[in-house]
Amino acid sequence: MAVFYILLLFMLIAAIIAVETDDLLSSVICVGAIGVGGSIMFLFLRAPDIAITQIVVEVLGLIILIRATLARDLTFISGDREFFGLVVSIVIVFVIFLAGIKVLGNLSAFGTPVFSQIPDAASRTYLAEGLQKTGAANIVAAIILDYRGYDTLGEATVLFTSILGATVMLRSKCRKSLEDKLQ
Amino acid sequence: MKGMTVIVKTISSWVKVLIFLFGINIVLFGHLTPGGGFAGGVILASSYVLLMLAFGREFAEKNLSLTAASRLDCVGALMFAAVALVGLFYGAASFFWNFIHQQYLADKATEFKLVSAGIIPLCNIAIGLKVGASLFLVILLLSAYRINVSTNKKE
Repeated sequence: MAVFYILLLFMLIAAIIAVETDDLLSSVICVGAIGVGGSIMFLFLRAPDIAITQIVVEVLGLIILIRATLARDLTFISGDREFFGLVVSIVIVFVIFLAGIKVLGNLSAFGTPVFSQIPDAASRTYLAEGLQKTGAANIVAAIILDYRGYDTLGEATVLFTSILGATVMLRSKCRKSLEDKLQ
Repeated sequence: MKGMTVIVKTISSWVKVLIFLFGINIVLFGHLTPGGGFAGGVILASSYVLLMLAFGREFAEKNLSLTAASRLDCVGALMFAAVALVGLFYGAASFFWNFIHQQYLADKATEFKLVSAGIIPLCNIAIGLKVGASLFLVILLLSAYRINVSTNKKE
C-alpha cells in the first residue's frame, strides 16, 4: 500500500512541476514522468494490459512532444494572474473537492473489486464462463473483443476518423515538401 | 534532416528488427498474454519512428510510403469490420458472433494454445495493423509539416 502513496506523491509533484515550470522541455519531461508513474501503478494493481499500453503510448507521445518542443522556439509562459480568475478557480476546486469527498466515500475499499459487492454483476459471468465461451486465456482480450466487441468497433471508428481528419488537415500543408521530394 | 551519427544508425538498425518482432509477438499472443492489438500496433509504429529519427524521414518513407501506410490503415479497419460482419451471416447469429470458436473449436480442448479463441486473434491482427499504420502515418505527416514550417520561416 505504501508503494501507491509514494507513486501518487511522485505523480503529484511531477504534475505540479509540469504546470508551473517556465521551461517547455522540462514540462514535457514531467508529463512523461507522470505517465511512467501511472504505468507502474497499473502494474502493481495487476493490470498488465493497461500498463503495457500506457508505457508504449507514453514513450511514443513523449518522443513526438520532445521533437516538437526542441524544433520550435521555446516559449516562456509568464504573466500575472487576474484576481477574479484566481477566485473563480479556487471556488471551482473547492466544489470539486466537496463532491469528491461525497462520491469517493461511497466507493469500496482500495484494492477491492466493485463486483464482489454486487451479487449478479456482469463481471462474475465473464470470469466464470469467459474461458469456456470464448477460448481466450487472456480475459481482457475476451472482454474487449468478444463480449464488448461493439465498444472496440466504436473505438476503432473514432481512431480511424481522427486519423482521417488529421491527414486531411496536414496534407495540404505538407503537400509542397512531399512534391519537392517526388521531383 | 539526414539522420543522426553513425553510432545511432548502427545500433538502431539492429534494434529496429527486435522492436518489430516484439510488436508482432504482442499482437499474435494478445489472446493469451497481456497486450493485444492496440499495444502491439503502437510498438510496430514505434519501430518505424525509430527508423525515422535515426535515418531521416526520406529513408523511413522509402520503407513504408504514405500511400502504403494509408492503405494498410484501411485494410485493418475493413478486416475488423469484415470479421464482425461474417458472424452476422454465419448461421442464425448476431454481429460480432465468435463463429470460429463456437462452430469448430468449442468442443476441442484448445485453451492456452496459439490457435484458439476464434475471431479474437483475427481482430487483434486487424487492430494492430490499423493502429500501427495510422500512427506512423500521422507522425510522418507531422514531421513533414514541421519541415515545411521551418523552411517557410527561412524564406
